[in-house]
Order: sequence, then C-alpha cells, then structure tokens
Amino acid sequence: MKIPITVNGRTVEAEPGEMLLAPIRRAGYSVPTLCYGEGMTPTGACRLCVVEIEGRSGLATSCATPAEAGMEVLTHSPRAVEARRTIVELLLARHPDDCLYCARHGFCRLQDLAEDLGIRRRRFPADPLPTRLDISSPAIARDPAKCILCGKCVRVCEEIQGVAAIDFSGRGSETRIAAAFDEGMNISSCVYCGQCVRACPTGALAEQDSTGRVLEALQDPELTVVVQHAPSISVTLGEEFGLPAGKDVDGLLAAALRRLGFDRVFDTSFSADLTIMEESSELVRRLETGGPLPLLTSCSPGWIKFVEEFHPRFIPHLSTCKSPQQMLGAVIKTHFAKLAGIVPGKIFSVAIMPCTAKKFEAARPEMAREGLPDIDAVLTTREIARMIRMGGIDLARLEPEESDPPFGERTTAGKIFGAGGGVMEAALRNAHYLLTGSPPERLELKEIRGPAGIKEAEVEIAGRKLRVAAVSGTGNARRVLEEMEAGLRELDFIEVMTCPGGCVNGGGQPYTADPETIRKRVRALYRLDRSGERRVSRENRSIQRLYREFLGEPLSEKSHRLLHTAYSPRDVTK
Amino acid sequence: MKVKTGPEKIIPILAAYPEAGRDSLIPLLQDVQEAEGYLSREAVVAVGRHLGLPAGKVYGVATFYNQFRFSPRGRYHIQVCRGTACHVRGSGTLLGRLERELKIAAGETGRDGLFSLEVVSCIGACGLAPVISVNGEYHGHLTGDDIPALLEDYRNRETDEDD
Amino acid sequence: MTDRLRQTVRYCRHTGETPCPDRVACLTGGPLCREDPAGAAAAADWVRRVRRETGEKPVILVGTGTCGLAAGAGATLAALNVELVRRKQEAELVEVGCLGLCSSEPIVDLVLPGRGRYSFGPVTAADAGRIAEAAGGGEIPADLLIGRHGPSGEADLPALADHPFFRSQTRIVLANCGLIDPSRIEEYLARGGYRALGETLKNRTPAEVCSLVEASGLRGRGGGGFLTGKKWRIALETTADRKFLVGNADEGDPGAFMDRAVIEGDPHRLLEGMAIAAYAIRASKAYVYIRAEYPLAIRRLKEAIRQAEELGLLGSNILDSGFNLEIAVKTGAGAFVCGEETALIGSIEGKRGMPRPRPPYPAVSGLFGCPTVVNNVETLANLPDVLGRGPEKFRAVGTENSAGTKVFALSGKIARTGLVEVAMGTRLEEIVFEIGGGVAGGKKFKAVQIGGPSGGCVPVQHLGTEVDYVSLKTIGAMMGSGGLVVMDEDTCMVDVARFFLEFIQRESCGRCIPCREGTRQLLRTLESITSRREAAGLNPLQRFQSVINLKKLAETIKDASLCGLGQSSPNPVLSTLNFFREEYEAHVYERRCPSGGCVELRTLRIDPEKCVGCTACVARCPTGAIKGTAKKMHYILLEKCVGCGACLEACRFGAVERE
Repeated sequence: MKIPITVNGRTVEAEPGEMLLAPIRRAGYSVPTLCYGEGMTPTGACRLCVVEIEGRSGLATSCATPAEAGMEVLTHSPRAVEARRTIVELLLARHPDDCLYCARHGFCRLQDLAEDLGIRRRRFPADPLPTRLDISSPAIARDPAKCILCGKCVRVCEEIQGVAAIDFSGRGSETRIAAAFDEGMNISSCVYCGQCVRACPTGALAEQDSTGRVLEALQDPELTVVVQHAPSISVTLGEEFGLPAGKDVDGLLAAALRRLGFDRVFDTSFSADLTIMEESSELVRRLETGGPLPLLTSCSPGWIKFVEEFHPRFIPHLSTCKSPQQMLGAVIKTHFAKLAGIVPGKIFSVAIMPCTAKKFEAARPEMAREGLPDIDAVLTTREIARMIRMGGIDLARLEPEESDPPFGERTTAGKIFGAGGGVMEAALRNAHYLLTGSPPERLELKEIRGPAGIKEAEVEIAGRKLRVAAVSGTGNARRVLEEMEAGLRELDFIEVMTCPGGCVNGGGQPYTADPETIRKRVRALYRLDRSGERRVSRENRSIQRLYREFLGEPLSEKSHRLLHTAYSPRDVTK
Repeated sequence: MKVKTGPEKIIPILAAYPEAGRDSLIPLLQDVQEAEGYLSREAVVAVGRHLGLPAGKVYGVATFYNQFRFSPRGRYHIQVCRGTACHVRGSGTLLGRLERELKIAAGETGRDGLFSLEVVSCIGACGLAPVISVNGEYHGHLTGDDIPALLEDYRNRETDEDD
Repeated sequence: MTDRLRQTVRYCRHTGETPCPDRVACLTGGPLCREDPAGAAAAADWVRRVRRETGEKPVILVGTGTCGLAAGAGATLAALNVELVRRKQEAELVEVGCLGLCSSEPIVDLVLPGRGRYSFGPVTAADAGRIAEAAGGGEIPADLLIGRHGPSGEADLPALADHPFFRSQTRIVLANCGLIDPSRIEEYLARGGYRALGETLKNRTPAEVCSLVEASGLRGRGGGGFLTGKKWRIALETTADRKFLVGNADEGDPGAFMDRAVIEGDPHRLLEGMAIAAYAIRASKAYVYIRAEYPLAIRRLKEAIRQAEELGLLGSNILDSGFNLEIAVKTGAGAFVCGEETALIGSIEGKRGMPRPRPPYPAVSGLFGCPTVVNNVETLANLPDVLGRGPEKFRAVGTENSAGTKVFALSGKIARTGLVEVAMGTRLEEIVFEIGGGVAGGKKFKAVQIGGPSGGCVPVQHLGTEVDYVSLKTIGAMMGSGGLVVMDEDTCMVDVARFFLEFIQRESCGRCIPCREGTRQLLRTLESITSRREAAGLNPLQRFQSVINLKKLAETIKDASLCGLGQSSPNPVLSTLNFFREEYEAHVYERRCPSGGCVELRTLRIDPEKCVGCTACVARCPTGAIKGTAKKMHYILLEKCVGCGACLEACRFGAVERE
C-alpha cells in the first residue's frame, strides 16, 4: 500500500512507515540535514529538515515524521526557511570563525548551509565555544569548539562500529561529545577507524595532519623519501579532483607523487600480494596443524585494536601477518635499503592510506626495529590530495606513469584488498594454489562481494570444505565473535575490515555521504580484477623474486622476523 | 559470569544487582554515590563493566543528571533552592552570601572539607521561600544576614562532635 | 487474609487460602457475602475509630511534610513530646502530611475526645506547652487556632471550613492531606480508600474503564492536558506482550509541589489510581518516577507500596480478580526535562533523559519498546474519585472543556502560601486575593506566574481569567503543572524572564539546536540588559540588535524545537514582553530596573559623612570596585560594581547605601 502525500503541491507516493525525507527527495526537492545519517537512528536533533505540514501547529522534521496519507507538506515555506536560517545562524554564533584555517574548509556542511541559505551577516553576537583541542591520539584530532552536536559521530561509533568510545556528556549548553571522563582519545577505546571523521559535517573531527612532516622530509636533501599507496587510493583520489567516482588514477597518482618530490613510488598492492603469500600459507598451516581456527585477518589496524581491547580471547586467532603497509615498510628499510645502498636511517617511508588507524598502526612499538619505525608517516587520501593541490599539480592533465621496482608490480588479487571481501578472495585463490598446485577454476567469489556487512560462503579446496566469512564494520565483527562464542556460528577463516564496506569506505577517504559513490569505488576495483592479467598473488613476479633473493619462502625465519608480529591485550578506558 | 572489579566498597553494591540490565544504571550510580559520597573514576568504570556498558556511556549518563558528583562533598552539604518562589524572595542574595562566607562557588567543596555548596532546582517547599537544606535539614524564610549564624552553628556542631 | 486485616475484621470468615474479593468493602461496610448486622456495626465502629471520631485519648497530629519540617515542625514535635511527658499527659502523637496552608506551618492538629478536632498554626516549639495543656483539657489557644474541623464551629471558635484559605476550595485530590497518617493504610481505607479499585476490578472491563474515564473528561494534569481516557485507549488497543504504566512524579517546575504533598500526605490515593490505570491498559508493571529531591515522599511511597502489597491490593491476583500489578519506585537523578514523557522513559531505561521525536507515541511504543502510558501524579490521584463516584459527578465540577479540580501551589509574595485545590474555571483573582489573601506586606500586586518555565506572567488586568486548559492559553500562559508564583511591585519582570531562561538553559537536554542555542541567545540578551557591565560580552549595538531579534528568535524556538519543553521555553519572555514592555524599555534605554529587582543595575554609594575609612568594604568587594585607603573616605566605581551588596554586609557604620 503506497501512501499518497503532496510535496509543495505535487503528489508523491511514500512507502508505509517511510519518513518524509525520502518522498520529498523523490519529488525533486532537497531539504538540508545535519544530523541525519543513512542507516542511523533519526534523533531529530538539528531541526534543519523542518517542514510545514498543513493543519499542524509547529514545524515537523522530515527525517523523523512518518508519511501519512493525505499529508500536505511545504518544504520551503517562509516559516520553514526562516527556522532553518535561524538554526544555522545560531550555530554560527557559537562557531570559531576560523574557516580559512580549518581542516574541513571547502568540505563543510555548515559552510554549505550558510551559503545555501544566503547568510551574509551575523545576526547573533559571537559566543564561541571554548577550545579544548584533543590531539592526544596519533590518528584523530578533535576540536569540540567546532562541534554542532549532531551526534553522528556518536551514532556511527556505537551503532555501526560497536565501539562507543565517545558519547554525549553534560547537559544543556554544556553538552559536549566526549570520551569517558572528558579524557583524551589516546586512552579511550577508540579504534581510530575515522568513521566519525567521515560522518562529521564540520571540522570538529579530522585526521591528525601529517602533511607537515612529509613536506619537511621532502625538503631534506639527506633523506630518501619513498612512498607507497594503498590499493583503494587510485580509485578514490580522483574524486578530490573532480573526476568521477571509481575512476582509476593509478598512473596519474604515481606521476603526481614524483612531481611532489618522492624518490620512489611503490604500490601497497604489491605488499598485499606479499601478505597473501604469508597469510594463505598461515591458513594452510593452521588447517593442517589444527588451528587455532578460525583464522582472523590482520590487515585492518582498527580491527586489531578492537580485538586487543574488547575480545582479547581471540588474539590467538588473529593472523600474525603484518598489514601490507607494514610489510612493505619492513622490506623497504631492509631489502630495498640494501639494494639501493641507502642507510635505513636515511630513508623516510611514507604510506598513503584510506585510513586513519594506519597512523596508529605505524606508531605501534612492535612496528619498529632497532628504534627505526618501518613507516615514518601515514597520509590519508584527503591529505595527499591536499599536498597535490598545494604542489600546484594538475592531476587530470598528467601523463600516467608506472610505480617503481622492485615493489611496483601487483596482481589484481592485491588490488581488490580495497573492497570488503577482497582479502578473503585473494587469500583463497592463493590457498587453492598451495593446496592443489593450481588456481581455482572459479576465481570470483561472488558470495562475499557486495555491500552486506556479514557475508558467508562455503568453498571446497582439495576436498576440504572451508566455511569463510567477510565481515566489515567492527559492530558486525563484534556480532560475529559473540555468535561464535555462543556456538551459533562455525567458521574457518574470517576477513574483517574495520570500516563498513572495507577500505574504499575508509576513514581517510574523500568525504561523501552518497552510498552510490562507495559502490562505484568497489565496482572499479572488481573491474580492474576482471581485466587483470595476473589474478593470483603468487603470480606476481616481483614477489617471486623477493622470496628468491631475500625472504626464502613464506613463513620462513626471515619472514617471521620482518613480516609477522604479535598482539597483546590492551588496557583502555572502556 | 561478569568479572566484578573495582573499589572494595562498591562490590557489595554491584552484587545487589545481579544479572542487571541497563535500566539499573541510574539506581546503581545512586547507590554508589550514596555509599561513597561521589562517583569516583574507578566506580564509574566498575559500574559500566558490571552492566556491560562502555565507560563513556556511563559517564555520559552521569553527567546528564544534576545529582551526580565527581568529587567528594563536604561534611555539611548545603543546597540552595533556586525555585521561582525562592528566587523572587531572594535566594540569589542567599547564594551570594553563602559563597562569600564560605569562599567557595556553587558546585565546590571548601578546602577543609567542612562545607560544600550546591544549587538545586525547586525543593518544593515554596511556601517557606527562600529555603536551603543542610545535609537534608531544611531552613526556611532565610535572609542573607541569617547566614553567618547558621554556618557558625554547623561549625560548632563539628567541634562538639569532635569533643 | 493477612494479619494486618485479621486484626480489624474479626467477622470475616474468609481465610488466607480463600481471600475475600470484596474485602475492602467488607472492611468498611460490613460483610457482603451474608447478612451480618454485628459485622456491619463492627466495621462502622472500626471506621470511626480509625478516623479518630471515637477514642479515649487525645491525639496530637503534627504536619511533618517537607514544608512543615522546613518551618520547624521537627522542633515542635520534639517539644510536644517533652511537654507531654513533663505533664504526664497521655496523648497520641502522630505525624501527618501537609494540610496545605504552608504559611501557617508548623501546623498542629489536636483531637479532643468527644469534642472535636482543631488545627493550630504556626505552632513553634515555644508554643508546645500550650497545646499539651489544651490536650489535657486546658484552654484552647485561640491565637494559634486556624479553625475547628467539622461542619460548624463552636460558638466562639471559628470553623476551618470558613477560613478564607479553605472556604472556596474543592478538595478531591487533597481530601485526606494533613488529616490522615500517611504511614498507615488503614486510615486511607477508613476514608473510603481502595473501594473504587475493588469495584472496578469486580465490575468493569479495561475497555469500560477507558470509556468511563473518557466520559469524565479527565485531562492530564501535568501540563499537556491530553484526555487521559483517550491515551489509555490507544495503549489498550495496541497489542503487545508487555505494557507499562508510569506515574510521573518528576515534579520539576520550580514553584510546584503538589505531587510531593500528595505523596507525602496521602500516598495510597496515588497507588489506587495507578492500580486502576494499569488495569485499564492491561499493564502488570508500573513505575513511579519520582524526584530524588523528595526523600520523604520516596520513603512514604515505598512504605505505602509495602502495605498495599501486604493487603493484597497490589501484587499478584489483586482482590482475586486475576489482575497483577507490581509497582516499582524509580528515583530520578535530577533533570527537569525528564518530566517530558519520552525523556522520562529514556531515563528509566538508564539513558540520558533526552526527548526523542514522536511518533511513535509512548502509548504505542514506549518503555523498552512496549506500549506505555505516562500519567502525572495528580491525574492518577483523581481516578479513585472518577471511578468511585462516576464520571457524571466528576464532570459536575469544573467547566465544559476542563472537568474536575486543579491543585495549585501558591507561593511567592503572597500572604497565604500553600496548596489549594479549586474547581476548574475558578478565576485567578479568587485564588490570589481570596484564598491567598493577596500580596503580603501591603505591597502592590504585579503579576502571577503560572505554568512554570513553560507558562507566562499574568498581569492584574487579566486576573479575571478562569483557570482551565483553554482560557489560560488565550493570555499566553498555560496550566502547566500548577505552580502559581505571585509577584509584587519589587519583582522585576525582566529578571523573572531571565530567571526562567537561566533555568531552561541549565535544564535543556541539549539535543536540539533551537532550544539549546536559541534559549542561550535569549538568555544572553536578557543578561545584557539586566546588568550594567557589558555582560555576556555584548556591546551596546549588539545589545540593541539582540533585543530587536528577541521576539523573532522566540518564535522560531517555539516553531522548531523538538519537545514541549523547548517549544514552550520562550513563553516567559514573550508573556513578560507582552504585558510589561515598559519595564523592558527602562532596562534597555535607561539601564534602569524600575522595581530594583536586578541586582546588577543597583546603584550603591558610600555616604561620605558616615564612612570612617576602615577598609572593611574594600576587602570584601569581589570586583575591586571600591577605592580608598585607610582612614580616608572610600568611593565606589560604578563601572566596576556588580551590585552584589557585599559592601553593605561588610560596613559596620551603615555608610553604604542603595539608591
């Protein structure tokens, strides 16, 4: 049964139980929102989406008012517009006027709204919120003075990520978003996934900016500055430069990075292949020696912290493999250093990641040898975009270039790491090879592709049935772990990505609220895979050479020293 | 079985809420504050752990309500009613006088730990406005000039009790 | 049947195994199951005894509600004890709730066997001897007498019913307050308590109860005024495994204390009402959400629940009807916004008490996602009467659109403060001038604030307004929960508006922007015009702009806020702006507070004749506004002075003056 309503005089149909926002949008009108988030509980907090409904005394929020048959909705009546304008003006009164210095400049919903509503003068005297900057964590910077209390970060952290590191504290105009006891994020249970940063409409949340350190290193003649870029970067970076979502800018990125002065450009997809070599061997070994199973993937650092904090019982299940970023970091400062004849201490190793938690991962004490960190700085997609703009480089006009050897080659198995389910698919391709001596007939594992948060499949390799799952979003991961503890799920191998949908939707990716954009990014990765020449990690010739010349074989003593790590329970305020 | 950790004193309080759900959060915090006089950091974490709630969430709830304090209160806890009737009959003057006499602001505890001062919403004794309550003892129809003697009275009790 | 009742009903043949479903009626009217004149006589005798109409010993009853205690009833009680012992005078000493006349607290009643009951007040500890004397047959202290209970007074002693405070009241909800010992269920039973529940459970279906309450026209007394029966019916007709009833005793309006008085003075009336309501919606679990600021009421309520359970009036299979009800007490933790029903529900669930968007309404999806009816205490306390006497009789009192009575808490600058219950439709001036005795101290009446932070200030020209849900709205006020605070010529109306905004600012849940930020701006504006300094950092231009914006901003807050608290939060500003514009203008244009209520606009100065230069005031001034050295005349820098009056307090020579 469709429900007919009118929006500004036009008849539209709404689904039963549907909130007004959707039919209003279908009718071709846009009502602004700040606190609304797809898939989150509507709280009706920001009141920006208020509309007039014939016969009702006050204004109603379109995000939280269900459509009723015959409703006559006016989305832009003078009353509604006046209310919206006043709301934005009230927010501006408490906002520090430092847009020009803000990490969110140009990508800020509040700025957009002020512009859209034509606010040209200050109606309410300035009354800025006190500055209580929290830069205690290695990944995320919080500036509560810019917070408008829409609560999207709180909901994403609790409802989607299942972490609940932050919540509303205080009351009335003293209300603030805070970690427990108003303490710093560094001692909170935050897993640094950065989903809150993505959700935040203003500059209250941002990544810890590392561009300064990288620029400094680039200018230091003593240093060899190498850079790696994660599998998903090439299909998301273009958005920052006006290219359509999902456009692969791999070659342009390499060209831009060289122009910025990086001495070597490596591809993290290469070390994704390396990870697969190690991880699929580990899987096979665990299958052969009886566990512990299920094996849990370890390339997503937010997830690792999540297990260490909330589910330390599962630490033995985590793959001991370092993430591709850290594996590459380790071979750069060892093998590459030797090949190039550079003292490891004179290498400054930068990673471009879709992720804020990678900043934390790079800073983990386990990720350094003899006082030298494997990775010196991590930049998010957004940060590298800023640097490219800062460097006056017109990305779209560049001629594509190749990444550098010896770590520039990749298979498409490494490339699909960027999409949720990709690691699993890549690992199974390789595991099949290890167990049977040939790649699987059916390379594509459609069951674990797609946007669902928990995807399960059963695959048969060498007569053995494997129950596998690809899980994304730590909230979903928590559910799976709890169900396994309760004996409701039995699995052999689980890929977990901290961010819903995987790295394409990482906390460091270009801002977008459009789920279609995320889908386009995913499709781009699978398109590359489909047309890929080499689709199984072991076919990567640079990988083969690396083993031949340096590492020996997967799970060798050297691999263990350089490519594997250990985890321990983590005491945080939780 | 949930692990029960936290300050000694609150273990029996938590034990009184076995298998409790989130709806026991506020009663639990109230009981803990009743026993400890305030909510310590450890207590908040322990209560959260008992109920399976993140500390940030417990803290968020506790900071929402006027009742909860995060620092110990004085031996004599003075609550100044700020209801309408008390306001129009001069509770602002009372509060100002108390702050000056005690040299603390509302929400604070004096250095000697003897008095703490708090502004509360209507106590509901409007007929006797303005009203203050000291450790639950009500004093109505006060003026600013009654304050010094009143405080002196409590200070003397303190010495009497010590004797 | 429990021991407690067996003691009183010796004629009952039922046993614990076969409890009598009519035991409430039987207790007070004699057995229904058979002809038994002796039993009926014994029941009548029991009723008279419990109501203290018969008995040999004198009884002294002391009003020890919170207001009584604040007035010194504790000391009076102790002194009475001492005096009785000293005189070896036998008398029963009983603590009761509040009779309502707070300004005469501490109130003491004396019941003289065979003679009658008298109310005295204020009875201080010093007067205890005279009461004890009277208990022994001595002279009745006429100067302390408020009145004699009963239909008519004695020749020389006035009747309580003729007292101007009580004369025009219609007491239904407050019928027992101050008269009965709230800690004994027998006293409530002896005054007809729980009979309505017994009859309802025996003779009515839940749907019928909803219809009766709908027919009575009873509306929610918490402020909204929604039809109670209608709300119930929605909950009744929603299918669910579990349903809940919540008694809302989170009486947060500053200046309102009727719920406290009812629970302290007559807790079983609330419980009986809750049992009826729970039955009507088929809820088997109910909560009373009560403010932590009411410790005595919480104690009384818990004790009352225990006693009612003991008598099988709560618990499982109540009065053999198959209806079960467990009532739990939830103590609020101090948040005004929790009076809003969705916030209250959140708070019971252990969350921050933040209102959420409606629909879904709680009657459909409330506590733990189940249908939940939230009713205010006063609403619930009306139910024994609605069901006991029937909807027609209930409707007979009050007006067409507002049936029954309303309890008001009368306070502020008024001669007689206290709790009054009047028929809906009573004019405000009757309440203020006849019942309340007008403004205290010969001052001039200025306004009466009604409806708390959501309400408005009613000036003298509108005192003819009748109190009902409709009329009050026409003058920008609202019923609210029933606080009536009287203001006289010394009260500054701008300051009153500022006071309420400060309250709202503190108590706003902080969720929605119009309420959180809008009221903050309103408050800043009012602060800037009620203080001399550039308070809130506003320069004169910004101050004027803010004042110009005031009304428009207030309208947006009303229009766009999430909950009722936010939507009504600008009312105190709008109503004072409407009726007392000239006071605002004096503040804005002349930086002057005509009534002297704004401390910071006060001008303090030092009389050079009287100042001896002792520097005491210099030391005390918190803002360093006083200049002067020892033995030299001091003076006050007006631009620094905040008018706090610390110098006034410090000066022992009377040299500091207020202009």
